[in-house]
Amino acid sequence: MAEAPLLEVTDLKVEISTKAASFFPVNGHSFTVRAGETLGIVGESGSGKSMTAMSLARLLPKHAAHIRSGSVKLDGRELLTLSEPEMRRVRGKEIAMILQDPQTSLNPVFTVGEQISEALRLHAPGPRRTLRERAIDALRKVKVAAPEHRVDAYPSELSGGMRQRVVGAIAISCQPKIIIADEPTTSLDVTVQAQYLRLLREMQDETGMAILFITHDFGIVANLCHRIAVMYFGRIVESGPVDKIFARPAHPYTEALIAALPKLRGQQGRLRTITGQPPVPTDQIAGCPFAPRCEYADARCRSELPPSVDADSAGDHSASCWKVDR
Amino acid sequence: MLRFLSLRLASSLFALLIITLIVFLLSHLSGSPVDALLPDDASQEQIDAFVRDWGLDKPLWRQYLTFLGNALQGDFGTSLKWPGEDAMGFVLDRMPATLNLGGLAILISVVIALPLGVAAAVYKSSPIDSGAQIFALLGQSMPNFWLGIILIWVFSVWLGWLPTSGMGTIAHAVLPAIAIAWFQISALARLTRSAMLEVLDAEYIKLARVKGVPEWKVVWKHALRNAAVVPLTYFGILAASILTGSVVIETVYSWPGMGWVAIEAIRGRDFPVVQAVIIAYAVIYMISTLVVDLLYVLVDPRIRHG
Repeated sequence: MAEAPLLEVTDLKVEISTKAASFFPVNGHSFTVRAGETLGIVGESGSGKSMTAMSLARLLPKHAAHIRSGSVKLDGRELLTLSEPEMRRVRGKEIAMILQDPQTSLNPVFTVGEQISEALRLHAPGPRRTLRERAIDALRKVKVAAPEHRVDAYPSELSGGMRQRVVGAIAISCQPKIIIADEPTTSLDVTVQAQYLRLLREMQDETGMAILFITHDFGIVANLCHRIAVMYFGRIVESGPVDKIFARPAHPYTEALIAALPKLRGQQGRLRTITGQPPVPTDQIAGCPFAPRCEYADARCRSELPPSVDADSAGDHSASCWKVDR
Repeated sequence: MLRFLSLRLASSLFALLIITLIVFLLSHLSGSPVDALLPDDASQEQIDAFVRDWGLDKPLWRQYLTFLGNALQGDFGTSLKWPGEDAMGFVLDRMPATLNLGGLAILISVVIALPLGVAAAVYKSSPIDSGAQIFALLGQSMPNFWLGIILIWVFSVWLGWLPTSGMGTIAHAVLPAIAIAWFQISALARLTRSAMLEVLDAEYIKLARVKGVPEWKVVWKHALRNAAVVPLTYFGILAASILTGSVVIETVYSWPGMGWVAIEAIRGRDFPVVQAVIIAYAVIYMISTLVVDLLYVLVDPRIRHG
């Protein structure tokens, strides 16, 4: 690994404190994303994946959630210590985001063109007409048909898949270094989903941007991502290249998730499920948080938090488990 | 868009027609106009002449059509209390006074209520929010005639800063306008706050922040534009009730507007003038709701296309 990573997150901790309780939905994880690479962050709801995404853009809900420690470096520049105006120049320009729900993530009272050119105006100002041209350009890039017309449409006049393309157009309009996509396809039809993922990959090939793809869907990850980080209870429990993780999952949680995927070929028995419930973020767990649901767990698993260890000799696949060599 | 407008206009005109019918029937409900309009010791010839002049011997529907026909030409008869005055003309003469006062009250309430409601929503659960809530509670629990009197007592009698009553300089309008606006400020601020709270949680607000939009623009452009429909709906009621409901305040401050005319005309059983006032109020009400409907269309494109 000669190249320095584009995004380097080290020991990130986010605390949510309310009057009732205080807990860490993101509890000290580290990962990197290289230029042109897609990292998939996979986890169940409540595992802290969206919280991770929002803390990278420093857009955690005010008052309730705070970044307690760690570092987020984009191209070597520390983001966590930037002033708010400096951070605003990073958002949209260097880090773009695609949010979960295309039905609600566009503002219903502004035209598509206005919403795209607003981002452009902030980060690369120009006269009105060229902004419009560039908005049409962005729409063309995300394969919206008849972009010259759609640029004046309101979100309510577009289908869900189309809206999500518009959100994509906003994201790529300023040529960001990295796009954080937080479950962008969850609410789309499966066919539309596939088109959208193909589109993301094409945009990546064209621009060389990195993608941080957040999802709970292992199937999507397999198609889209170069590397995977699996999250459980606010921590990354396993990370590595896609093929290695699918071929030889090192963490029992990953293993169970993959076993729970339906297969297209071969004998299809009952789908395997993971027993028990995922812990809620407020739980206090001494050992490995997955131990109560893990078929390999022993006494040490229940009392000591496992450190991250290499799963093979190549050094690009690691897991936080006492039983990596099971 | 054009269809929406013509539909709205047609329904307004229809409503106006119904109102003329109600006004006409009301003036007949309270007994024969003869008893109301002529002195008790009128002679039989006087009564016959009156009945003939007013067409009271014709069937009711003919009378209504005549009334409607005259009304369409702006003829509501002549005033009884102010002899020789054309009823509608007399009311219309007073209209600018009411519109000026009402306009000032509307301006005051919007200029104070909108920022107050927005600030309360943005700084939810902060001292700003609690302050705004207390202010709103105070405003909504004080009747405006009482507030009007208190304002006179404090600012005119005690401090001597502003005139007690009458119309003339802008200083005359300040106290009555505040007394009218006060209640509306609270209502409008509370509506704005709750509408903003709902909108500020929306995904598109998050997306605006993600784009790097400065926070003030997120609030005043992205959020308020969406939240505006709720306070705007109320604004229609507000404008109408400020313009038509100033009867009490005009009386407290002896402001010679339509409200004052209405009270005087009712007191003097001046039917033609009362009818003219009611119709004028109805038209004002209709125009303000029509304007609000137009504003909807400007603010929210979904209504334009829906």
